[in-house]
Amino acid sequence: MNKQMENLLKEITPKNPARRKFIKDSAALMGGLVIGFYLPIKGGRVYAADAPPKPVYPPNAFIRIAADDSITIVVNKSEMGQGVYTSLPMLIAEELEADWSRISVESAPVAAVYNHTSFPMQMTGGSTSITSTWEQMRRVGASGRMLLIRAAAQQWNVPESECHAENSQVIHASGKKLSYGKLADAAAKLPLPDNVTLKLPKDFKIIGKATKRLDTPAKINGTAQFGLDVYLPGMLTVLIARSPVFGGKVKSFDATEARKVAGVQGVYQVPTGIAVAASGFWPAKTARDLLEIEWEEGPGAALSTAQMRAEFLELAKTPGAVARKDGDTVQGFKKAHKTVSAEYEIPYLAHATMEPLNVVVDLKPDHCSIWTGTQMQTMDAMMAAKIAGLKPEQVEIHTTFLGGGFGRRANPLSDFVGEAVQVAMAVAQPVKVVWTREDDMRGGYYRPMWADHIEAGIAKDGKPLAWKHTLVGQSIIADTAFAGFMIQNGIDVTSVEGAATLPYVIPNLQVELHSPKNEVPVQWWRSVGHSHTAFVVETMIDELAHLTGKDPVAYRLGILPAASRYRGVLQLAADKAGWGKKKLAAGHAYGVAVHKSFDSYVAEIADVSLENGKVRVHRVVAAVDCGMVINPDGVSQQIESGIVYGLSAALHGAITLEKGRVVQSNFHDYTPLRFSEMPQVEVHIVASAEAPTGIGEPGVPPIAPAVANALFKLSGKRVRRMPFDKETFV
Amino acid sequence: MITLSINGKNTKVDADPNTPLLWVLRDHLQLTGTKYGCGMAQCGACTVHLDGRAVRSCQTPVSTASGKQVTTIEGLAETALGKSVQAAWQEVDVPQCGYCQSGQIMAATALLKDNPHPSDAEISAAMDGILCRCGTYNRIRAAIQKVAKHPLLAEQSGGAK
Repeated sequence: MNKQMENLLKEITPKNPARRKFIKDSAALMGGLVIGFYLPIKGGRVYAADAPPKPVYPPNAFIRIAADDSITIVVNKSEMGQGVYTSLPMLIAEELEADWSRISVESAPVAAVYNHTSFPMQMTGGSTSITSTWEQMRRVGASGRMLLIRAAAQQWNVPESECHAENSQVIHASGKKLSYGKLADAAAKLPLPDNVTLKLPKDFKIIGKATKRLDTPAKINGTAQFGLDVYLPGMLTVLIARSPVFGGKVKSFDATEARKVAGVQGVYQVPTGIAVAASGFWPAKTARDLLEIEWEEGPGAALSTAQMRAEFLELAKTPGAVARKDGDTVQGFKKAHKTVSAEYEIPYLAHATMEPLNVVVDLKPDHCSIWTGTQMQTMDAMMAAKIAGLKPEQVEIHTTFLGGGFGRRANPLSDFVGEAVQVAMAVAQPVKVVWTREDDMRGGYYRPMWADHIEAGIAKDGKPLAWKHTLVGQSIIADTAFAGFMIQNGIDVTSVEGAATLPYVIPNLQVELHSPKNEVPVQWWRSVGHSHTAFVVETMIDELAHLTGKDPVAYRLGILPAASRYRGVLQLAADKAGWGKKKLAAGHAYGVAVHKSFDSYVAEIADVSLENGKVRVHRVVAAVDCGMVINPDGVSQQIESGIVYGLSAALHGAITLEKGRVVQSNFHDYTPLRFSEMPQVEVHIVASAEAPTGIGEPGVPPIAPAVANALFKLSGKRVRRMPFDKETFV
Repeated sequence: MITLSINGKNTKVDADPNTPLLWVLRDHLQLTGTKYGCGMAQCGACTVHLDGRAVRSCQTPVSTASGKQVTTIEGLAETALGKSVQAAWQEVDVPQCGYCQSGQIMAATALLKDNPHPSDAEISAAMDGILCRCGTYNRIRAAIQKVAKHPLLAEQSGGAK
């Protein structure tokens, strides 16, 4: 972190946390980017999370109707694969009574009207895109429809009650019609309606129907524009040599050889390292490889994950900050019929988005234009303004398609955007800062490494009587502007989500947390805390089921509260998989796990075998309850996606450090799941009339424990470490 | 100057002969459909056709592409097969983030050109070098199988839009 970033952080870190105490406890436990936030940058507007600006719904901020009846929907969420460029327009089009075939999408600029509905900043994360806009976007669409009907009624001089809207037309009882394109001008001049009536779900024509993605055509013919695809006149490509050790600084450098490379325009020292600006990627990379740099490495040079693991495991045996305490675990363990305890080791993970990080900046004396795939527009704009000495409104962010986000493109310190603005100031020409795969892999902001300890005791009837879970891992929230409200009583809520919130009836339960600090930058990674807690909790519950000789599905159903929505997905997955009934191929076994994250419930059953000691996942049956579904095909895509992302981590993923250096560098030693390893995936959706809940992340958590539980059945070995490909099975 | 034939058109570029074809396509010609993912032939996002064969353009010096026919995602719809593959991708609604999809489509088209009716194992083998972090592999398989069953898919469905 450079000095300016540190200063900015100090400035935006709240002085009075009580004022913006988090909105609701339940929301706090959702994890991800569920935050209240305020932005007391000098000269900027100050918002308090407990007093957000009054929401306004000017339909024309989100809807543009042209004379030819084409409709452009402005989407204020970043499209990173999760389908928001389709699902948000579906919400608007439903209420607008729009002709779906004439809808196209544009990304929103940075403006207050595009802020998240729960907190005053524009951002995409925490699986909140649908949950936070579900009502807002429908109101936007309905407002538009009412204005168009009003405009038609005025033109015809008839009562509005005699008109209705359908398929981008207003139709009068007499049968006369006007298309939206002909009414748009008049409608735009009318004041917004005061009372907006929303449709009843039974009348939905678009919501709930499997709908093709609007971004598919551009993504199959090469025209979809990602950040890396932005080219400006006179733009230079910049690669940066960053410290090989986290927290290291440049001591001295020699660029003599680098400057000789044809196409190199300049070499600059920037806060994060040495920047080489050239006519394109190849000369910039060639020159960067020729730089000679001496680094002041600092304390980060001593880091090794092997040593950290040993330290974390020791810490896990000591008392931590109490995240949850029910009953009395000491008494519970005394009364327990049988007890079991286990240690878990979980590595750092890189997000490894297919598109490495990149940012284009065109900096003028009074204006800064940025093109990048980001999940955090408001913070990025503020950081850019701060660095460049501009007002936030002088910074424009063009959000391109994101070649994967998974949380990496939502950096609370605006690391990649801030750095690119620093470069633009040094180079004084439009720049595109490109991270190579190696830069991206070794650039930090990882899912934290964890060491957990669980001791559990069961009663004579097999039900859990006592449970003590201690977690050890860095806080992703500490030292960020979010600390004031996402760290409560010393507990980072994202560290313990899924562990402190486990659903099972356990009378004596204690969850404790240690949050050690070190130089490795950490950040939210798809499903955040759940990415590790589901593995730990759901493999231990499986262990308890085995200890009592009970079927793992029946055991869970026996200890879940009666009205729990976990039961529905668990039962549905079991039914669809033929759990306990279907005869699996020789050498195959099923494993099950169920987990709630981002308010959605997912159960996954994995059909697993061992092929010459290698883990092979053949099929996954998933059941999901995410409330009312907007686009069933989108839900299926996201569960498929979560399974692949989670399985990549479970089977292969690990970032390790030796002498402060990240060992892995590219896809040969940090290997995502490949085509030939892909299991069949079946997604079953629980029919629900509840409000929609998150879907981008909840598919991830259950897959690792489901596979681990199957591996136990196959091999008799409890897998308590990730990744599984480091284990030997007989 | 190096003369290249890209998507049926001859183009001259002023580049170091060792420059990977990928960066000539992107930085010199702004054919940005071909993506950078790893720079070491591990992810396949940069896959293009060289005389009809799938190659990783990040590991192909531009000098070796001279005198050969280069096809990128931007020129794929010039052939009936390319159109059909894109139409199948559209029907199955394959992409999520979409970043790897040019490479996936180029690899799939090269496979189907040589082997119009690939088995499951042949599909896996041909596609194993192209990474997707979003998990579109099963839909990719379904799209390839669709073209194998209906080679004239593009004509039937009116082509990829």
